[in-house]
Amino acid sequence: MAIITLNPIQKPSLLLEADNIKPDVFAGKSLDEIKALHVFMGTDQLTLGEFFEVSGDSGATAADTKIVIDGDISRVKYIGMKMTAGEVVVNGSTDMYAGAWMQGGKLTVNGDVDAFSGLAMTGGELIVNGNAGNYLGAAYRGDWRGMRGGVIRVSGNGGSDIGTFMRGGEIIIGGDVDVHVGTHAEGGKIVVKGDAKSRVGGQMVKGEIYVFGDIEVMMPGYQYRKDVDLEVDGVSGRFALYEGDMGERHPKKKGVTIYGQLYMKY
Amino acid sequence: MSKIVTDVVCPFCGTLCDDLEVSLSDDGKEILEVYNACAIGAAKFLHAQASDRITRPRRRQEDGTWKDISYDEAVDYTAKMFAESKKPLMYGWSSTNCEAQGVGSELGEVVGAVMDNTATVCHGSTLIAVQDVGVPGCTLGEIKNRADRVVFWGCNPAHAHPRHMSRYSIFPRGFFTGKGAKSRKMVVVDPRCTDTAKTADIHLQLEQGRDYELLSAIRVAFRGEKLPDVVAGIPKEKIYEVADTLKEGRFSVIFFGMGVTHSLGKNHNIDIAIAVTRDLNDYTKAAIMPMRGHYNVTGSGQVWGWQFGFPFCVDLTRGFARYNPGETSANDLLMRDEVDSFFSLGSDPGAHFPNESVKKIANLPSVCIDPHITPTTAVCKVHVPVAFVGIEVGGCAYRMDNVPIETRKVVDPPEGMLTDEEFLKKVLDRVREIKEA
Ligand code: SF4
Repeated sequence: MAIITLNPIQKPSLLLEADNIKPDVFAGKSLDEIKALHVFMGTDQLTLGEFFEVSGDSGATAADTKIVIDGDISRVKYIGMKMTAGEVVVNGSTDMYAGAWMQGGKLTVNGDVDAFSGLAMTGGELIVNGNAGNYLGAAYRGDWRGMRGGVIRVSGNGGSDIGTFMRGGEIIIGGDVDVHVGTHAEGGKIVVKGDAKSRVGGQMVKGEIYVFGDIEVMMPGYQYRKDVDLEVDGVSGRFALYEGDMGERHPKKKGVTIYGQLYMKY
Repeated sequence: MSKIVTDVVCPFCGTLCDDLEVSLSDDGKEILEVYNACAIGAAKFLHAQASDRITRPRRRQEDGTWKDISYDEAVDYTAKMFAESKKPLMYGWSSTNCEAQGVGSELGEVVGAVMDNTATVCHGSTLIAVQDVGVPGCTLGEIKNRADRVVFWGCNPAHAHPRHMSRYSIFPRGFFTGKGAKSRKMVVVDPRCTDTAKTADIHLQLEQGRDYELLSAIRVAFRGEKLPDVVAGIPKEKIYEVADTLKEGRFSVIFFGMGVTHSLGKNHNIDIAIAVTRDLNDYTKAAIMPMRGHYNVTGSGQVWGWQFGFPFCVDLTRGFARYNPGETSANDLLMRDEVDSFFSLGSDPGAHFPNESVKKIANLPSVCIDPHITPTTAVCKVHVPVAFVGIEVGGCAYRMDNVPIETRKVVDPPEGMLTDEEFLKKVLDRVREIKEA
């Protein structure tokens, strides 16, 4: 795999919109062509070369291209947005929309990601070795389709609104999460290894949520069904299964009503 | 004999009362008395007459004192500020008419601004929820004539919209509500025992920040499913009772305010309140309505919705409209240092925004357009006083139920004062000159 390295050389005065930093765009381009790609700061259209030192080679296709960003890009948005293949590694933190609308490939952030990361993702892997902001794997405003495929793995804590309108894929949070987990979900799987505050599975139609720690306040529309022994993301244990949200509409399959499932680890 | 102007529209709150009468001095220059308005509405009219009113633009000097400047100098400062900015924030747009909002939109497009209105700290979360799940709405007239179940959730009209209950929601005798308040059941949901709650038939004094859970529980109750013994501090029997009360009405309406839009969960609270309304429509007729605050914040959403497709948080920097509250919202932009100049018109962010945002405004090139001296003018570099819309100039405004009402001019503004619209037009012309040069 050919590797292109970006070294930040200038901190943008306002936030930088860099929707071109992804293997799909870099593949098959020379270093000069990559440096000439546009970035936006407010109304100004500038070039990638003004903010990053670019070295290495790009592969012929996105799948053969790996982008390594060495340094803090916590004021750069849209890293790996809509990427379909290849790899991006950020050795630092990024701003909003990391891996948003991602379709394939792998994006690793060795730091934190801000809000709206993995937004409406349909495939690929987003690995965050740090904390994630709000709206991880959620739907874009007004869309009824949140994350539909792929995997998001966060080692630290998540924010609020994880997996809103989620319809598929998997989100695993190593730490704690804020309010609203899987709100309006109609599929997919969310694993929270730490504690959750409240509003877990509110208005959920179907899908699965696993919480290893405590939920401070349960939604009133969840009913205890039974205890089950499971292995979830490499951890075995006994879980209490709740079904809900009883206030929400639910589909029927072969005459049986399908509910959202909330598993709480003992 | 004083002159009486009738059918005057009150430019204060979203109730937009259109039955005011104003008595003027013989020469028609001075407002003597305001009839029919509530205390806050009347005070706005009388305040326009204040003897210490600022009538010319002012610019802050190095030492912090103000120096009077001409409107032309203010126009020039504002236009240059926009021309030199990469990402100006144009905020407010709620206490002005739709005509000024229209010119402001054009200006925002030309300079590539982010435009946000007071919904951002008020009913913006409502707009997000409406976009997510739709809204069963109606007009205040329908409520007056038909509603027999009225819910006030997280709002206190007795103080914030003083004539709302008497004109539309509780007391008036309508076509099918001939007994006035007696034909209606009033439910108030509020953690505090407000003056509105004191007049209610049922007051659900829920735990603070548990609105989402309580609304969810009402949905569970509608479906006849079982509930935990207590939800949000309310015993389940009470929740089943309220659910039945709402179901049994001929027309139920839910009014809601900032107690739900800006407490924990924000848009989700409204989202599920809309779901409650939708559920209710399986049994009876039901609608839901936000208690919009500023008299024309609704119009601002209408104008931008029509111009850009989004009602607030509109980012025009890239030449097309983008929208994502949380990113393109005024407070997020300010706190994250995403904007490089600040313009305010028809609002008072100095009073409404968190301190952290106001401090950022103080460090930016900034212009505030406001007839009054406010906490915002106190942190801005240039203050441009203008004529009062709805008192000294007419124009269109939208009531909280999205009904447009043409406001009336009652008196002339002090000599030589510009209106919002005139000032914005001058700035737009000047910006075009600078851009062409
Ligand atoms: S209720 Fe609102 S619109 Fe009506 S008079 Fe009072 S402030 Fe004005």
